[in-house]
This record gives sequence, C-alpha cells and structure tokens, in this order.
Amino acid sequence: MSTVSFRVQPALDDSNRFFWTSGEDGRLRFLRCQDCGYWLHPPVPRCPTCGSRDVAPEAVSGRGEIWSYTVNHQNWDGGEVPYAIVLVAFPEQEGLRLTSNLVGCEPDEARIGMPVQVRFEQHDQVWFPVFEPA
Amino acid sequence: MTSFEQRSIISGVGQSAIGRRLGRSGLDLTIDAALSAIADAGLTVADIDGLATYPGAGVGAGAGFSGPGSPDVQDALRLRLNWHSGGLEGPAQLQAVVNAVLAVGAGLARHVLVYRTVTEATEQGSGGRQGIGLGGGGGGVPRMGGSMQWTIPFRAYSAANWLAMNAQRHFHEFGTTPEQLAMIAINARRNAALNPKAIYRDPMTLEDYFASRIVTTPFRLFDCDAPVDGSTAVIVSAAEHAPAVDHSVARVEAVGTALRGRPSWDQFDDMTTMGARDAAAALWTRTDLKPADVDVVELYDGFSFLSMCWLEALGFCGVGESGPFIEGGHRIALDGELPLNTHGGQLSAGRLHGFGFIHEAVLQLRGEAGDRQVASGPEVAAVANGGGPVAGALLLSRL
Repeated sequence: MSTVSFRVQPALDDSNRFFWTSGEDGRLRFLRCQDCGYWLHPPVPRCPTCGSRDVAPEAVSGRGEIWSYTVNHQNWDGGEVPYAIVLVAFPEQEGLRLTSNLVGCEPDEARIGMPVQVRFEQHDQVWFPVFEPA
Repeated sequence: MTSFEQRSIISGVGQSAIGRRLGRSGLDLTIDAALSAIADAGLTVADIDGLATYPGAGVGAGAGFSGPGSPDVQDALRLRLNWHSGGLEGPAQLQAVVNAVLAVGAGLARHVLVYRTVTEATEQGSGGRQGIGLGGGGGGVPRMGGSMQWTIPFRAYSAANWLAMNAQRHFHEFGTTPEQLAMIAINARRNAALNPKAIYRDPMTLEDYFASRIVTTPFRLFDCDAPVDGSTAVIVSAAEHAPAVDHSVARVEAVGTALRGRPSWDQFDDMTTMGARDAAAALWTRTDLKPADVDVVELYDGFSFLSMCWLEALGFCGVGESGPFIEGGHRIALDGELPLNTHGGQLSAGRLHGFGFIHEAVLQLRGEAGDRQVASGPEVAAVANGGGPVAGALLLSRL
C-alpha cells in the first residue's frame, strides 16, 4: 500500500503539537509523567495516576504489536480502498495504544499479534505515525 | 429493594411515521409522536410539565442526527413546563429517559414528555452513509480536534471502523465466528417481517447475509443499522398515575448509568466489553431482579456486535460466550428463551437511535406488539442503548 494522498489533519494546539510533529526526527513520542513514569495518552496536563503536573513528551521505541484491526472497504473519502486500520499496543505500558494504519504490506495481511514498527508520513507540517511489519 | 426509579412509570408511548425518506421536518415528526404518546398515557398537552430529549438541537454529529431541541418543542406545543433538559453527554440516548425519571423521582415534574427524533435518511439524501469529519472544514483540508483527532486522520471515519476492531478482538479472544455474528442481523430481520413499521422486511438467509458487501471487517452491510426518519416519544409519569391509564404500564425498575472505564474507543481497558460492562453492572445493583427474571431484551444494535456485548454485560451469558449463546438463533427468537430485538432492531426496523428499543419493550410488556408479541406474556424487559464508550441500561416491569 502506498502513501495516501489525503488525510484529515489534526488541529494543532499547545497540547498535541509535540505528538503530531514528533516524527520530524523519526521518533514517536507520548506524554510521560516525570514523577511516576506513567505514559499519558491522549495528552492531559496532570498525571491521572499520581497527580503530578510534571509531564513531558518522551520517545518510545516505536515498536509494538497489532492489538486489533479492521480492513475498511467502504469508500468514505474518495481514496484508495481497501486499507487496514490497526490498533497498535506498545510494550512500554499495558493499555497504551494508538489507532493508525498498517502500511508496507497488503491490508489483509493484518493479524492480531503482528509485530509492527512506526514510520512517518508527512503532510504539510504534520507527521502521521503509521506502522509497517517489523 | 426500593429505588427512586420505582416512583416512575412509562405511562404512554408514541411514534411518528417511520421511513427511509419522508421529506418532513424533525419538528413535524416530533409533534406526531408526542401527541400520540400523550393520548396513549391518558393525558392532554396541558398535563405535560416536563420535557427531555437526546441530544438537543444543533449537535454536529451528522446531518439529521439531532432532531428539534426542547425549546422548539415547548413552543410548538405551548407546553407549560416545570423542568426541561437536553444534551448529548450521559448514559447514551437513555440519558433523556434517566433525566426524566430523576425529575419525577425528585418531584420536579409529574408527566415528562421524552423524545428522540432523527431525519438522517432525508438529510443524508442519496449520498450514502456519511463518515465523520469530512467536508466540514469550510473548504481546504479539514482539521480535527478533540478525541476525533486520534481516529479520523487514519481514515477511521465511522463508528463502524472503531467498533469493528472491538469485534475483531472478541473474535480473537473467544473464537467468535462470522456465522455467529450473522445471527444478530438474521434474527432482527425475522422479527421485522412481523412489524409493519419496519424498514426491511424481506426474509434474510445466512447466504443473503454473506452475500452483502463488506463495510469494514468483520462488519458487512447488514451489520450496520439503517438511517431513517422518525420520532419516538414516551411519557415518564409519577407512578401514582398508573390507575388512571386504561392499559397496563411499564414501571421503571432500575437504570444503569455508570461510566468507569476510559470513555474512548481505543483506550478502553477491555476492548471486548466496553462501556456496556459498567452500565450493566450498575443496573443490577439497583434491583432485586436477576438476569433470569428478564423475559425479553431490546439491546442496542447500531452495529450488530453491540447486541452481543450487551448480552454478555447484562449477564445473560458469560463474558466471551455470546457467540455460542446466539448460534443458530433459536435462543434469541420470538419463541426462544430470551427474545431479542423483537421489532427488528435498528438493523431492520430503522435507526430510531435508542428509543425504538424503549418503545418496543413497553409494547411487549403491555402485550400490544401485534404479530411479533412474545406469546409467553413478558413481565420484565431489559433495554440497552449505546454500548461503546458510553452506555445506558434500563429495566422495566409490567404494572
């Protein structure tokens, strides 16, 4: 599957800009509590586990596994179908997940448990994290 | 156990015409449903002193989703209200009913008109089902904020996509099969054939189901509900009104309104249960009734898989066992041990968005469901709305 020509863009603000521009150096980042180490996603200003407000973006390995997926056949946006939407789970923390797309293989090759690795698709000033088989 | 819920009854129900493209305004349909429900409750417009709706006017969740707001209906019927309410946030569509039950239980109102109106079929026209987030940006590339930024940019435009991943995970963890999932749609169609107001009434075989196109695996077209135009209204009254009604009524036994897991499609701790788990658990803490006491179930099927989640969450089968539970479709048939979605659900009777299930549960308890009436004379009904990030459940009994 090739890079898609069109993606709806996130509206960037002070809370999410780090995430959507993180791929500029090829690394995927989530917010992390600097006191207890809990990863926060989506970004919030206070750690819901320990209450600390000392939270900052940190890079993860970018490796994970497909927790679940769906192969979309419906033409919602005029783009190429079918394509695989995947929910990637990261080893850094149980329950830390990201909805994304599987690229670099056929959509119907998606499987739960498949090891994947992040790569980035740049559109304007946004780096979309997508995943390919590791 | 007594609860504030038991101070309320559903004294009347009403519905407008329901159709794929009626070309009538939401307010017009709402007035039909409201007047029908008010008369059914043995009341006049002048008796109505409370008004509640989901979601209220102008909620940007797709064309035709909102229906008229409560001030519009108040004005159109010249209601003299002690209390009114509308909003999108709460235990799914059921929140309007729960709010009404709270208002009656607190003595703030005596007869609350509660309605839900959709005109999605007319307003979406022939363009097909809409995804979320497209074309709303006022030209140029749309930009998405809030929770939608985590799904829409990855072309996951619809709840069909989001929930399909929950279903896929259920398949993976429990061995649930496409043939089992199919029984939700097939059962709905079987019941819809007996409901003159249902949208799709032609028989559907397993073969027909598998011939329908894939929307997003494992969901096929027949796993997705059908947008319609229509309005449903119910009257929530103080229980003291019951003897004044010339038919049996549905007493509200318990509501399930909990929100405990993360309210997110992709961050919820257990993808195979979602919000239904918490709402259902809360429901059973508010009543002495048990799942075995329930005679008929009307469980949200905006997508087929949600009904399976509710069967498990409400304890009619174990976690992960809904596939075998519905296999073959006998257990959930009209003459089975737990008749499910007896009017055809949203899959075949149309997407009245939660309120179709309440309406049907009341008719079944009253023994007024016509050709699709459950013959054993149900005394307790469970109703569920939503079931993804947010969920609500309702237990009704015949009074």
